[in-house]
Amino acid sequence: MQFLFRYANPHNFMRLSGAVLPFTAIGAALALIAGLYFAFSVPPDYQQGTTVKILFIHVPAAIMAMVAYSSIAVCSLLSLVWRHPLSDTAARACAPLGAMFTVMGLITGALWGKPMWGTYWVWDARLTSFLLLLFIYLGYMALWSAIEDEIKAARAAAILALVGAVNIPIIKFSVEWWNTLHQGETITTGKLAAVYVPALLTMMLAYFLLFLTLWMIRIRTAIVERRARNLMQGAAS
Amino acid sequence: MNFDMSPYGAFIWPAYGVSVLALSVATIWTVCAWRRAKAKLAALENK
Repeated sequence: MQFLFRYANPHNFMRLSGAVLPFTAIGAALALIAGLYFAFSVPPDYQQGTTVKILFIHVPAAIMAMVAYSSIAVCSLLSLVWRHPLSDTAARACAPLGAMFTVMGLITGALWGKPMWGTYWVWDARLTSFLLLLFIYLGYMALWSAIEDEIKAARAAAILALVGAVNIPIIKFSVEWWNTLHQGETITTGKLAAVYVPALLTMMLAYFLLFLTLWMIRIRTAIVERRARNLMQGAAS
Repeated sequence: MNFDMSPYGAFIWPAYGVSVLALSVATIWTVCAWRRAKAKLAALENK
């Protein structure tokens, strides 16, 4: 906890993130190039044919959507319980990125579903709970914008984020708890053919590093905007 | 590398297109917002 509070100081965060950012940005670009190379080099799957290539962008997007929401939930908890100084800013900065990954997951999933299932959409537990995640993201962002007092907005948004976090295990385990058209866990169970593993893992790394890069830049932007606001208020009073 | 997606090219290319577009827009938007905020702060500090 001491570590978190040390780097929660905006000045320390700006210094640390400034040093880390070039590495995450370059790492994301390199991993993306390598991932795309692997993705377009693998042979067609014996069942899915060439549509297996959609999974290299669908799975990382879906995972990042859940990672982003989990990050918001952790930041919200830190904010509510320990009044962690940067956590509200970090949570708010994360939401649009998570919503974007959720939309990407939904669209790429639909484009995979049509040729494989014969439909773009079914109301099965995995797809429905994932759509619900998008609505939670939208509600979270709307709540931040709807309340003018930033402290009250942060508190309300943090409570919503923690309530919405219930949906994350539901998404994860929906394929085990209910009969779904969506296939079950394949990565950790070793059901994924070895030839596809490098492409999927590299794309997951690329998405994660890009998410981290954009999230840090968004937090830095929020800190700088707050400084500018304080300067303007100081000049006005 | 093999770019022959037949017979599912009509699904695969749009999926990659949407992903590239979303990631590009998010990156450009984020970097532009950062530059705008930095420029605004610099202008205020120089006043």
